[in-house]
Amino acid sequence: MERFRMEIESLSKNEELARVVTAVFMSRLDPTLEELDDVKTAVSEAVTNAVIHGYQEGEGIIYMELQAEEQELTVLVRDTGVGIRDVKKAMEPMYTTDKSGERSGMGFSFMEAFMDQVLVESEPGRGTLVTMKKKIGR
Amino acid sequence: MEQSFIYEARGQVLLIHMPKELDHHNCRNLKYETDLLMAENYISRVVFDFSKTEFMDSSGIGILINRYKQMAANGGKVALYGVNDRVQRILTIGGITRLMKHYNTREEALIG
Repeated sequence: MERFRMEIESLSKNEELARVVTAVFMSRLDPTLEELDDVKTAVSEAVTNAVIHGYQEGEGIIYMELQAEEQELTVLVRDTGVGIRDVKKAMEPMYTTDKSGERSGMGFSFMEAFMDQVLVESEPGRGTLVTMKKKIGR
Repeated sequence: MEQSFIYEARGQVLLIHMPKELDHHNCRNLKYETDLLMAENYISRVVFDFSKTEFMDSSGIGILINRYKQMAANGGKVALYGVNDRVQRILTIGGITRLMKHYNTREEALIG
């Protein structure tokens, strides 16, 4: 298995950095353009959740790990922020805690649409770990 | 601060040029800026130009839905043009296709 780890500050400008680094790592699996775009979108969603929800747009560190094993890519995005009390509810389409009206509540739906597997583990006050997997080059 | 959106008010039409990367980071100022422009001008139509947009996630869906709600509340319309295949896929999954009309050219989108 090949692994890559990074720690990024919880800043909205790092959402792009996270997805670009993921795309570079993933390129060793020889993905199609569509697979690249799918994973970039899913990573963007997970990191955005950490920035907005996990750390409430405040300070924090987002831990990312990328793994490539045979033709499967695994992306782990972890924060040590506020956590999610009811993960099942949070994953319902259109569910959002945002009050501004600017958030669609589709983050988890997008992760599920673009990856083969999405696992969310969270504990209030401790943080959230999102694990996403996708087979590349089918 | 870098500018994400470029706005053009043409009569009652507000044309919004979307950035290359439409994510949460780049969407942050849109609400404030469009609220201001829509209050100053009597906007009855909002047109989004996606011709430069290469990446989009659900943050883009959120701002489109909110603009749609704002405009629909006052009988206004929202349209878009210049959508590439990738953005089209995101818009379809996000349910935007049903809410606003897609045009091929800027001229068609402006007139409706």
